[in-house]
Amino acid sequence: MKRFVPLLLGMYFGIVLVKGEVVSWYRIQAMFRFEEAHMYLIIGSAVVVGAISLQIIKRFEMKTVGGESLTIREKPFNKGVVIGGICFGLGWAITGACPGPIYAQIGSGAYMAIVTFISALLGAYLYAWLQPKLPV
Amino acid sequence: MWEKILEPWPWYVTGPLIGLMVPALLLLTGKTFGISGSFRHIDAICMPKSKLTYLRSDNWREYIWQLFMVAGLVIGGFVGNYLLSVHPVAFLPDDYYSLGGVIKLIIGGVLVGFGTRYANGCTSGHTIMGLSNLRWPSLVATISFFIGGLFTTFVLWPLLSLF
Repeated sequence: MKRFVPLLLGMYFGIVLVKGEVVSWYRIQAMFRFEEAHMYLIIGSAVVVGAISLQIIKRFEMKTVGGESLTIREKPFNKGVVIGGICFGLGWAITGACPGPIYAQIGSGAYMAIVTFISALLGAYLYAWLQPKLPV
Repeated sequence: MWEKILEPWPWYVTGPLIGLMVPALLLLTGKTFGISGSFRHIDAICMPKSKLTYLRSDNWREYIWQLFMVAGLVIGGFVGNYLLSVHPVAFLPDDYYSLGGVIKLIIGGVLVGFGTRYANGCTSGHTIMGLSNLRWPSLVATISFFIGGLFTTFVLWPLLSLF
């Protein structure tokens, strides 16, 4: 179950990303060129639904279906959030895919996304290599 | 109903369904939503003898769930485009299937992998999860993503078009 449920949720996420065309290079271009509101409305409504859900979960101190108490991992601030964030954005506009859509693009038959995926693994390795020298 | 599902989905269906990933993952598995950590875990698995701290210190065994989730993403991408669509959509431009396209995707992919690991999150972990959790560092991250994206689109694109 610990593996099956994430697999199913990943499939669900992949189907939604594809059917909403969030994995489309053209949609990402149109977003950065401010040509259409599609992506902004998707991100905005996703955050609204996510935020309301988290408020409900916290307010009622909900637990997992297995009865475990919930801890939400919170990401701290450091310079990497800005510098790394800009680097990611530079790449995102070229590949037309952020990490989730890279995987979904591969599944959708856009086989060139395999190049994006392997390059992202190399990029993560580059980070691992440079990490001791990068500003924090 | 079925015809509607086979069409592209409008934003007001797609957005909320993406937002539901946050509570679904949390309530069903107790995990915090994020995708780009998978790059680190895959690197750590592929290079078990690496001396780099970032890979050596990675507890990828705790993140097997995430690797199953991204495997599900690939399957979901197939199901969405081939089984739930009348006409499969090409999500990358035709001219990316060339040497120039490969060069662009390598540059972009390396930036995505490096950047998301340095920022400790991507559009999933920061923009969807972090903003839903009302975290200001994730707002800074999201603004940074857009600064980068706008710079590529309006400044670097003429250079990239050389490839």
